[in-house]
Amino acid sequence: MIVARKLGKRFGDKRVLRNVDLDVPRGGFAVVTGANGSGKTTLLRMCAGLARPSEGELEVAVGRAAIGYLAHEPLVYRELTALENLDLYGRLYRVPERRERTGMLLERFGLWQARHDRVASYSRGMTQRLALCRVLLHDPSLLILDEPYAALDEQGAALLDDQLAELRGVRTFLVSTHDPARVERFATTRLALA
Amino acid sequence: MTYVADVGALARKDLLLELRARDTLPAMLLFVVSVFVVFHFTLPAHSSDLAASGLLWVAILFTALLGLGRAFVAEREQRVLDGLVLAPCDRSAIWLAKGIATLAFLVAAEIVALPVFALFFHGVSAATVGGIALADVGICGVGTFLGAMAVATRARDLLLPLLFLPLAIPIVVGGVGASTAASPGRYLGFLVLYDALFCVLCWASFEYVVTE
Repeated sequence: MIVARKLGKRFGDKRVLRNVDLDVPRGGFAVVTGANGSGKTTLLRMCAGLARPSEGELEVAVGRAAIGYLAHEPLVYRELTALENLDLYGRLYRVPERRERTGMLLERFGLWQARHDRVASYSRGMTQRLALCRVLLHDPSLLILDEPYAALDEQGAALLDDQLAELRGVRTFLVSTHDPARVERFATTRLALA
Repeated sequence: MTYVADVGALARKDLLLELRARDTLPAMLLFVVSVFVVFHFTLPAHSSDLAASGLLWVAILFTALLGLGRAFVAEREQRVLDGLVLAPCDRSAIWLAKGIATLAFLVAAEIVALPVFALFFHGVSAATVGGIALADVGICGVGTFLGAMAVATRARDLLLPLLFLPLAIPIVVGGVGASTAASPGRYLGFLVLYDALFCVLCWASFEYVVTE
């Protein structure tokens, strides 16, 4: 699903990624670890198609319609409600039975009661849950998750654990984390960035 | 049809955001009315109608610039543009929708501004209204494109006027000509040509602006 060879990225004179090799087969679960500034987010952004490599080769076997990308930021509008945000993304991704899928995800991530509230009134953890709903909305075959447990409380983290367990082997994952122990049981590929 | 649906969904979102936040249109309205009040007192008594027509276009241009500067604020704050760029829709739909929303705000500001202008200075001719309508399309098309370019930079507040104002000079030439010439037809035609040329260019190249 993802093949990277001698992948590198520069921003001007600053090299943020060098000589990265990565193979994530279909149904695989790759865990990317590394210190702050090691290039985890840059690698994930390149795999999502949001940045271009400066060096090396990168092949992602699916188009952007089949990618679910969880960024550091939730990528939702603060002045819209959870329902409005998901409805917008559902339309853009042409999700069949959009309303049912939106309702199911909001219910699963414990946001149903707050579905008509503006995201600006959400806590950081609730916003992260909504971001996960957005990522899963179009049922992507490749999930690229940048620090998915960030800001989640234990209940939220357990919900995400359940979701990952359910989709493991069925979908392909590329996950960056500072807490590799949390996803160790899912991992099939590990990449430590220096 | 899906393209039209994408543009509709994105434009509706922008209008809804403005309805909630109310941080663009009220500012544009206040600005354009304030400019006319200031001009009313700074223009010498018995100034010509030609001078007042020129000021009308200055006011419209800077009011539009105010709206354009805020066009991508919601996307910038939460980096939502990444989310939109990742969606499988044609990326030019983002430009078109944003341009339509900005055009709606500008037209709303002008609906208030033109009667105020007529009150302080002189009446507005049909050719002037036609010129403004055509100029609005060009202003919003080019301005939205440049706004998307500027939003990715640190000096965005500085960059947008620096890029936009030189490209708006033909609009001012056409608009002032349409407002003041005895036969405004060729100036209106010039504005139509400008709109067609620049909107097609912006539409075709927007993808390169929002991707690295």
